[in-house]
Amino acid sequence: MLEIFKSINVDWMGLRKPLIFLSIAVLLIGLGSAVGRQFTEGGTDAFNLGVDFQGGTVVTAKFKQRPAADEIRSALQSVGVTEAVIQDSTDKTDEVLIKVPNLGKRDECPNIDEASRCFVKKGLDTFGKEAEGATALKDDEAAVYKIVGTDTVGPVASEQLRNQAIIATLLGMVGILLFIAFRYDWTYAAGAVIAVFHDVLITLAFFSVFQWEISLTVLAALLTLVGFSVNDSIVIFDRIRENLTLHRGESLYKLTNQSINQTMSRTIVTNGLVFLAVLALVLFGGEVLRGFSLALFVGSITGTYSTIAIASPIAIWWQSKLGDSRVKEVLVPQTGEKLASSARRSVTRRPVTR
Amino acid sequence: MKNTGLWIRTAIIVAITLVGIYLVFGPRHSPTSSDFSYQGIKDNLAKNINLGLDLKGGSHLVMRVKTDDYLKTLTENNAQAALTAAQDAKLPATSNSITAENGKYVVGIVVSDPAQSQSVIDEVKKKVDLSNWTESLDGNTITWSLPAQTQEVLKRQAVDQALKIIESRINAFGVKEPTLQKHGAESSGQILLQMPGVDDPERVKNLIGAESNLALMKIVSPPNPSPVTTYPTEDAAKQSLGGTIPPNRRILPYSERDEPTNATATDPNKQTKYVVVEYPAIVDGSELREANAISRTGSDRDFEIGFSLKPAGAAKFGDWTGKNIGNYMAVALNNEVKSAAYIKGQIFDQGQISGRFTKASAEDLALTLKSGALPAKIEYQEERTVGPSLGADSIRAGVEASVGGMIFVIIFMLFYYRGAGVNAVVALLLNMLLTMAALITIKSTLTLPGIAGLILGIGMAVDSNVLIFERIREELGAGKAVESAIEQGFDRAFITIIDTHITTILSSAILYLYGSGPIRGFAVTLVLGLLINLFSAVFVSRTIFMWVLERKTKMESLSI
Repeated sequence: MLEIFKSINVDWMGLRKPLIFLSIAVLLIGLGSAVGRQFTEGGTDAFNLGVDFQGGTVVTAKFKQRPAADEIRSALQSVGVTEAVIQDSTDKTDEVLIKVPNLGKRDECPNIDEASRCFVKKGLDTFGKEAEGATALKDDEAAVYKIVGTDTVGPVASEQLRNQAIIATLLGMVGILLFIAFRYDWTYAAGAVIAVFHDVLITLAFFSVFQWEISLTVLAALLTLVGFSVNDSIVIFDRIRENLTLHRGESLYKLTNQSINQTMSRTIVTNGLVFLAVLALVLFGGEVLRGFSLALFVGSITGTYSTIAIASPIAIWWQSKLGDSRVKEVLVPQTGEKLASSARRSVTRRPVTR
Repeated sequence: MKNTGLWIRTAIIVAITLVGIYLVFGPRHSPTSSDFSYQGIKDNLAKNINLGLDLKGGSHLVMRVKTDDYLKTLTENNAQAALTAAQDAKLPATSNSITAENGKYVVGIVVSDPAQSQSVIDEVKKKVDLSNWTESLDGNTITWSLPAQTQEVLKRQAVDQALKIIESRINAFGVKEPTLQKHGAESSGQILLQMPGVDDPERVKNLIGAESNLALMKIVSPPNPSPVTTYPTEDAAKQSLGGTIPPNRRILPYSERDEPTNATATDPNKQTKYVVVEYPAIVDGSELREANAISRTGSDRDFEIGFSLKPAGAAKFGDWTGKNIGNYMAVALNNEVKSAAYIKGQIFDQGQISGRFTKASAEDLALTLKSGALPAKIEYQEERTVGPSLGADSIRAGVEASVGGMIFVIIFMLFYYRGAGVNAVVALLLNMLLTMAALITIKSTLTLPGIAGLILGIGMAVDSNVLIFERIREELGAGKAVESAIEQGFDRAFITIIDTHITTILSSAILYLYGSGPIRGFAVTLVLGLLINLFSAVFVSRTIFMWVLERKTKMESLSI
């Protein structure tokens, strides 16, 4: 039997104060970045919102000979587009992403719906002809570039998407809160949900500090890390619940440490695998998945961390306030041997913290 | 065999696996020998899985029908028609008023003699359909207002009508396998159009949004042989009417057609003049039966549109042309006079819209004329276009990264859990197969976020196996016999697995209900993956352990 992580015995709960301090420090850095950027002269916005949430157009252009970002920017300026963001495609050297806000129509581009794309095209036309229609860039000798993708989201739709995303996420968390309260206890539910909030905020802090773009796929990743974080918390809560019925009279503090240590090998195997799979996505998943991969990358670390550093201490702390270690009795299947020694139901008051 | 339960379990697993294999790789036609070749299987797989636009390329458009404008136009038309109806009957209706804002749509008619109000109401209702409007009489003002409920009904009808018209336009244009449906909340008036394989949606968009208000109108001018009366500016035209435009007159711009010999010079602003026409039109676009692009000379730049009228319109038109020989008539398109000609003789149902159209623009125009006018303008709210090459690249990168991750996971599981690792690998592969089969069964499209959901489902599947194996190891470590260690490992881990799965399924279900397109794709695959995982990680994996136990009655150790 190959076991790397055996008989771990760490006083996790004793580390709660430095760990919580670490979380708060990261959150403050994120907050500083978000607020600071908005008030700095010529600073960017708190977050680098993609067109999904902010409205605008992203044009993906493929070149035969890719001009430098500055050349593209000045080409766009020559047709009156000043707020363009030029972004390299990390996995394809001949492609470039050009992000422009929703532009009003002008004489050159009379169709309001097409204005942004039309302006970008006009700017790029200064480099040479586009391979138009169904012609591939390599099949058209005269052409120097081709627009291979556009994404336009109007102001109404972007607001709708943003609100919908926030509402859906919050409702999802309420659902999680209710379910854990139903299966465990309100104290655990609060611990898990606060941990999830913590994870989302930490991830957003990274996105603000590094100005990674937040698009709809990042939102999908945030939702995913919510799922993972809760999953992790539940695995440990479930073990605490089991240990509580097996070792009555033991302090909750000690039981929580014991539960975390007992599940540590699962935590490391599962989260290690997830982490490595996400790393593969970050490295090889391509530009379209970049934001998604980065969010999951941060999330897979903080999701594991927050179970130990946030969710469990909160549950214990609250229960110590109540002076009672409450949790719903688990229905252990009666399979003969003495795992199901939960017949005694007498103890109600017992020390919960050291 | 002593254990019939085990045989039943095995039979269930084999049956479900075979169905899954058929759904994912099987042909939807009667099988031929080529369906069993590598290429055949690959083709069937590609046919069975419905890839989203972000993976196969295409255009995704969300548009909104401006239903408020529709109600506004309706109110204006009714107000005009009501006043005309009353005045035609020589009743003392002096003016009309229109309210069309903030959700209020009111037609008002002012009557100079309140005693005649009732006859005005009767006369108006005979000519104008105001049956759904709330009528009220206050002094010498009669008002009809549109109740909120009726507004909703009318808005919905407008969206339905727009949907039908857009459908006929894109079908005629030849877009393959388009998806056209209402989008978002019922009251939002949004329509979603997805066109696979279209990477330049400009022409389609122009075609969809094109207005096509055809009107044949009488021009106010002395009859032929004197030339048609035109005015150099709009103001000059207005002056000829005494400074104000009466309700039965309109001033329209008129761009004179270039001579065909000069066909290469294109200057749309050249020589715009104005003409005064009688309102309402003799015949409008709703009377149109057929419209075609026709070339006069065969050159691409000299197309015009020939049209014919429906019987009722033709009768009206024939009647009018019979009485107005020598008078000038305007063919107006979208409130712009395309041609002005005098009536040589009685015409019934044929006409032309001249103007130097190109072949494509003439064809598009004929198409929009035929499909009828949109009830209101539409605006685009969201447009996403993925070129087929970008789609193919992103699917390749995503798939390669995921497959790489999978292979790593499989190697690790086999290395770390030895014999039991085989269970995990079988469960993982089965999970993937069945999730794909389920996606195909519910005809869901696989998008990029969908692939993300799939990967996560697989992640949770790995976790389930790890939970079970770690638990069995713990029980073995506590000195239990192999059989009871397996039993308790599964039973105890099952509680954890159920809790984690239900939490994630719950939050994904909420995402599905309240999220939009891409989020939904993610939620669907994740929920399917998790439901299937309860089968593959728990039921299947346990059955394999049961087989292992069955073979050796007395087991001392377990490869885990």
